[in-house]
Order: sequence, then structure tokens, then C-alpha cells
Amino acid sequence: MRPSPARTPFIVRLGSSFDARSWRLIGLFAAFALIAVPVMHLALPADHPLHLSTWFITLVGKILCYAIVAVAMDLIWGYGGILSLGHGLFFALGGYGFGMYLMRQIGRDGSYQSDLPDFMVFLDWKELPWFWIGSDSFLWAVLLVLVVPALIAFIFGYFAFRSRIKGVYFSIITQALTYAAMLLFFRNETGFGGNNGFTDFKRILGHPITAPETRVVLFALSALALIGTLLLARYLVRSKFGRVLTAIRDAESRVMFIGYNPLWYKLCAWTLSAVLCAIAGALYVPQVGIINPSEMSVGNSIEIAIWVAVGGRGTLIGPVIGAFLVNLAKSWFTVSFPEYWLFFLGTLFIVATLYLPQGVVGLWARLRAGRRRGEGAAAGTTSAAAAKGVGA
Amino acid sequence: MHKLRSLLAVCLLGISCAQAAIDPELLKPLADDDSDRRIAAIAALVEAAPEEAQPVLKAMAGDSLALAGERVVVLGEGGRVFDAASNRELTPPPDGVETIGINNRVRRELAAALAALRLFSAEREVRWQAAQEVNQNADAKMLPLLERALAAERDEAIRARLQLARAQASLGSGDAEVRLDAVRTLGESSDPRVRQLLLPLTQKQGDSWLEPDSAVRAAAGTSIRSIEQRLAWADNLGRAFTGLSLGSILLLAALGLAITYGVMGVINMAHGELLMVGAYSAWAMQSVFRAHLPGALDWYLLAAIPVGFLSAALVGVLMERIVIRHLYGRPLETLLATWGISLFLMQVARTLFGAQNVEVANPSWMAGGVELLPNLLLPWNRIIIVAFSIAVLVAMWAILNLSRLGMFVRAVTQNRPMAGCVGVPTGRVDTLAFGLGAGIAGLGGVALSQIANVGPDMGTGYIVDSFMVVVLGGVGQLAGAVWAALGLGVFTKFLEGWTGAVVAKIVVLVLIIVFIQKRPQGLFALKGRFVES
Repeated sequence: MRPSPARTPFIVRLGSSFDARSWRLIGLFAAFALIAVPVMHLALPADHPLHLSTWFITLVGKILCYAIVAVAMDLIWGYGGILSLGHGLFFALGGYGFGMYLMRQIGRDGSYQSDLPDFMVFLDWKELPWFWIGSDSFLWAVLLVLVVPALIAFIFGYFAFRSRIKGVYFSIITQALTYAAMLLFFRNETGFGGNNGFTDFKRILGHPITAPETRVVLFALSALALIGTLLLARYLVRSKFGRVLTAIRDAESRVMFIGYNPLWYKLCAWTLSAVLCAIAGALYVPQVGIINPSEMSVGNSIEIAIWVAVGGRGTLIGPVIGAFLVNLAKSWFTVSFPEYWLFFLGTLFIVATLYLPQGVVGLWARLRAGRRRGEGAAAGTTSAAAAKGVGA
Repeated sequence: MHKLRSLLAVCLLGISCAQAAIDPELLKPLADDDSDRRIAAIAALVEAAPEEAQPVLKAMAGDSLALAGERVVVLGEGGRVFDAASNRELTPPPDGVETIGINNRVRRELAAALAALRLFSAEREVRWQAAQEVNQNADAKMLPLLERALAAERDEAIRARLQLARAQASLGSGDAEVRLDAVRTLGESSDPRVRQLLLPLTQKQGDSWLEPDSAVRAAAGTSIRSIEQRLAWADNLGRAFTGLSLGSILLLAALGLAITYGVMGVINMAHGELLMVGAYSAWAMQSVFRAHLPGALDWYLLAAIPVGFLSAALVGVLMERIVIRHLYGRPLETLLATWGISLFLMQVARTLFGAQNVEVANPSWMAGGVELLPNLLLPWNRIIIVAFSIAVLVAMWAILNLSRLGMFVRAVTQNRPMAGCVGVPTGRVDTLAFGLGAGIAGLGGVALSQIANVGPDMGTGYIVDSFMVVVLGGVGQLAGAVWAALGLGVFTKFLEGWTGAVVAKIVVLVLIIVFIQKRPQGLFALKGRFVES
């Protein structure tokens, strides 16, 4: 195989995936997350007006993880046309994988002073079950986070896509999968802490998990992971792979007749999306301090879809915005008007699907286009990505 | 001969009834200071005059037996005093009446004696109940009493019970012949408790058998085996029935979905909340009846059926008019929008009725059940729900296949533009069909209110299950949903016997997922060739 002479170097293609303004925005965001936030949280005294509280760091850190999930979801839904109602499963699996390591890091500081995690002592287990072997190693935990969800997604996706299950059918099946997994994890005997899941973490890599420095590092890592996810996703959807994927979304049969096998394209996107979710889950758990089976509930997975729908499908940046908007609204509502949150969320689902087919990004593009038309300028220069219609 | 003897005994009993008097000497020790002697007196009294002893013992248990001088009397209402022996009122009431106090030990003996005495009641129902109770704790002390009850009893069912109880009681007899007889009789029982009773007879304690006689041991082994066989039978029957009942619940939950999803192709994630609307209407009707028609409270459920149907159908029609009609042909968006509706409805229920579950009581005619075998009780509410789901199914089939609306619905499903061209008002048909599906969900909710918790979150538990039923059965027709629901119900219940409820549920879900990979069109696919969109 001779490399094609016209092949552009990877770094150039990566660089060209965003325009200059977007790169500047990404740089700004990175500077904010990696420099400004640590300084404002650690260096400034607590009563300084620019001081960022622990609450803020935790909340935004959590939403950054959600945003990764939203981008992963956009990859598979916005570009692949596959609505997964099972992404909560992969998110939770990543969280559980890393949570196992965090549980082992508690060591003998648990309330039973045992080498085993507290819930195992409670169940009167004498030794670790086989799937906990190696969980005290950080590298093994990282491997678990990446491999287990990938494997499950691959096997499930292989059979589902091979039987050409798609559309709503696929959504319902993924929902059943998550639901079954939730029931499984709710059992105490499964060996993942049952109802309560994992909590009361003490250390991560020997550092105390609640220390401000640890929090800032986790925050920065989440921000980096989000940027990485965005770059990867953007690179992918602009590559040949992404174009075939989009073509499959729009006309699967036609793509097949041309000679592509949609199975591998879908499967790749699906598995990658699952792994991204798992990474987000692994970053989420140490920041929030708890992982339990309710992360796999049916509602949670559908909520991911609404972040993407509100932000704008098939835009990659839209889901990030959507995740922030919905989750900020959620934390505001649940504190101020807890009884109205579900009204708001329900209405959001309806309004987003009825009136915002391209989400807020699409709305913004439409508004700008409208203003330009109003000013008499040519209306053809709107952001192509945002205005592109998405059929599902 | 046997019959004659029992007849004679009945006659004798009748004569003693007519006399209706107790030897006062028997009553006196009841007032004794020593508990042992009082207990002996109770036993003697029951032994001597089972029919007349009852009011006396009842009075004693109710602390209204008293001593007036040497005479034992019963204190009646309004200061009246009766002679305990003859049950005649004493006028004027004697002076110096002193209540006979009893301690807990005596009270226990009294209760047991009273229960045993109910075996002689004139009412069959009371005797039947008493025989059941005696079966649960028969011991050697009761043997004479049981013999007498057996002699007096003419009802075959009660006699069978009493014979079992007698066999249980005589297991402790010193005579091996009697024990052998008892063990053989017990072998005809199908009561799990009897098995527990026989089990020790076949076991060793240390080196010696608990039962010294080898013939009795062998007979006990045979009896246990035959009991176990019958128990296994009853267990399987019971499981099949609970499976059927679970299946009919799944069917009720899924039938509405079979119309909205199966026929119209609309994914309605708010389906569970339509069930909830139906269940809350049952609760509302119960409240209305309680406030305005307390006499007819038992029949609130009948009123709840139309109310549940109409209110759920109304919600469904509103949903269709406001949201879903704008999303036809965009199934994924429909899914999200209806999920939003479901969240909305859930919160509405929480705001209106509170976050706690509300209490919906079974009407009295649904309480109890049919006891087929001692360990197989079919509760009435389950039987009625199975019947109800069959009725709903038949009604739905009739509407879809015999009515004009049903014909329109089928026409629109098969070819929307063509149906429109020949004058079918497709928009209105959509609304009505959706309302019908929603109304059937409401009926399902009314049924569910009788066996499940009614609360704002009740719908979420059924949504995955009912979609599984529709997907498994195959989209587009009812027969698939019916077989899938019943099959899933029975299969789940049999699996539960092996693995426990949660694992059974997980296994079923995984099996469905695997099955769908193999047959994406479900169990019963519509025949024909389709061009995919």
C-alpha cells in the first residue's frame, strides 16, 4: 500500500477542522479552565469577589463531563442518525470502572477498617470477587474504563447493526439494555454496592480527593477531555469516515447500493461514542463523589438526548451549549423551584422537538441570517454546519 | 354403620342442647385461685358440654364472668345478671358480685378452647374456618375433641379436614398401629405443613431413628413423596396462573401501545402516564363514592371503568392535537416529545395528588379467592383482571375489525394518501385512534390500581415492559401482542421460581434483546414486502 501523494499531513487536517475564530475560542476556553480557574480558586482568598467557590468548580466540572457525553451523543445521533437511549449505561460503566479503583483507595479508612470495601463487609464477603482483581491499580482502572464499555458497545452494536435494527427500534432496545443493567446493578449480590453504589471516596493516586488542588486538577482534566473530544469528533465528521456516516444517516440503502457496508461505519461511531461516554463517567465520579445505579435509569439517558436536541444536532458545539443550558437550568430550578423542574424539562422536550429542529445553534444562525437579509446583505454566508438540515 | 353412629351422636348432642344446662359443679373450679385447676376446669367443661360451654367461656375471656356467693354468674349489659349454668336471668340481681380475673396463661387456654368449640357451631362457614385453624395446630390434647367433632360433622369437606387434623394429633400416640394409620391418612394431604410434620419421622437423631417403628417410617417416606408430588403440581399450577395474571397485566399495559405504536407508528413514551391517569381516576371515583354514596362504595370500580377510559382518552386526544400531529413521520422526535409529556403529566399528578402513593382499596367482592388446593389460592382480584383483560381485548378487536372507525384506522395504516383520496378524514381518524389507544391504557390503569401502588411514578415501571411486549410481538397487529404478553408473563414467573424476581427480569430483557437481533420483525411479522423509508 503506497500512501497517496495528495495526502495532507494529519496535523494540517486537524488544524483545518476549525476556522481561526473557533480556534481562538477553544484557546480562550483552555486558558480559562487551565489557568484562570486554578488561580481564582486556589490563589484568591475566599472573600475576594473573583474567588471561585468549590460549589462552582464541582458544578461546572460535572457539566463539563455531561458536555463530553453530549458530544459523544451528537456523533452517533446527529451524524449517524442513531438515537441511543442507552448512553447512560456507558457513562455509568465508566464511572463504576473508575469507582472500583477509588473504593480500593479508601483502604482501611472505611467504617469497618477492612481491606475490603465497606459494602462487601456488610454482605459478609471474605474476599474480593474475581472482577475486582487488579482494581487497586490506577492503570488497570483506566483500562477497565476504556475496554469494558467498548466491548459491550461493540458486541451489542455488532449484532444490532448486523440485523439492521435502526430508528426507534434501536432506541427501544438500547433503553431495555440500560434498564436491565440498572436492575442488575441494583442487586447487592452483583458486587457493585447495590442501591448505594460507591461513595465516601478518600483518595485518588494518594492525594486526598476533597482537597482544592485535586478538584482543580480534575476540573482541568475534564476541560481537556472535552476539548479533545470536540477536536476528535470534528476531525472525524469532516473526514471521509464522517461523510460516509452522514450519508448512511440520510440514505442507508443508497449507501449500501454504492458498495459501502454501513455496519462498520455505524459500529465504529457507536463504539467510539460509548468510550467517550465512559471517559466522561470516569471523570465525573471523583468530582461528584458518588456513583449509583440510578445513573442508568431510563430518564437519565433520555435527558442526554435533550441536551443535544436543545443545543442543536449535528453541530458538535451545540450539544456542549445544550448540556450547559439544561444543567445550569436544572441546578437553578432544583434549588429555587424544585416542583417546577419537571414542568420545565417536559416543556423543553416538547418545545425543542416542535420548534427548535436545529437547537439554539440553528436558531442563532437563523436569527443572524434574518438580520443580514434585513440589512440587504447576501444571505448565503451563514455557518454551513449549523444551518445544515438534519433528518432522522 | 359409621353413618349410623354419627347420626346417633348428632341426636345425643341435640338432646343435650335442648337441656341447655351445665352441671354447676363443673363451673365452680373456674373461679379457683390456682391457674392449673382453672385450666383443667376449662378442659373439663369443653369435654362435658361443648355447646353450652361456649357462652360461659366467651364471658370469661371478656372478663364478665363473676362469682355471686357460691354461684357462677355471667354479667350482662345494663347490670343484668345471668346464671352461668342455666343461662336464666337472675331477678333481682344478687349482691356481692365479684368478677373472676384471669391471667395470660388462662387467657391463652381460653382462646384455644373457644377456637376448638367453634367446630361445633351450627353455621357451616364457622365450622369450616375452625377446621382450617385446627389443622394448623392439632396436638394430642385435642384428640378427644376432634373425635367428637368428627362424629358430629356431616359436611364431607370439613370431615376431610378434621380427619387430617386427627391424624396429625395422633402422630404422637404411643401405639404404632395408630401412628401408621395417621401417617397413611396424612399422605393424602397436599398441605406443605403436613410434610414438615412427617419429615422428622424419617430422620435420625444421633444413632437412633426418631420413629422407632420401621413400618411407620416407610409409610412416612411414601406419604412425604406423594405429598411432594402434589405440592409440585400445585406449585406449577400456581406459577402458571400468576404468570397468566402477570401476562394479562402486561397485555392491558401493552394493548393501548399496540394501537398507538403498532398500528399508528407513534412512539408514545407517555403511555405509562396514561395508565397513571386511569389509576388515579379509580382513586377519584373511590373518593367520590366514599363522600356521596357510601352505601354503594363497593361498586366504585364499575364507575371507574368509563371514567378511566374517558379521562385517559381525553388526555390522549389533547396530546395528539397539540403535539404529536406535528411530528408524524419523525419517530425519534415523537419519542422525545412524548417523553417530555410524560414528565409533565407526572409532575401534574404530583402537584394535584401529592408525591405519596394514594390508597385504592379492593372492593369487598374482589377480596379473598378460590382455594383450589391447600397451597394454591387464586385471588379474586387476579381472576377478575384476567377476565377484564380478555374483555378489553375482545372489545378492541371488535372496534378495529367490525366498526367503521376501525376500518378507517386500518385503511389509514395501510395507505394514508389513498385513504385520504377516497374521503377518509385521516386527521380525525388519527386523533380518534390515538384517543382509543390512550383510553385503553386508562382501562389498564383502572385494573392496575387494584393490584399495584398508585402514585405519580407508577407509569415509568411499565413503559419498558409494554414496549418489550409490542416489539416482541411484532409491530402492526394485536395477535402478536397477546401472545407476547402471555408468553412473557408465564415465562417470567417460571423463571422467577428458579432465579428470583430481579434476575428473572434481567434475563427476560436480555433474551428479548437477543431475540430481536435474530428476528427484528418480532414474533409475528406482517406478511408482504415493504420498501424501507
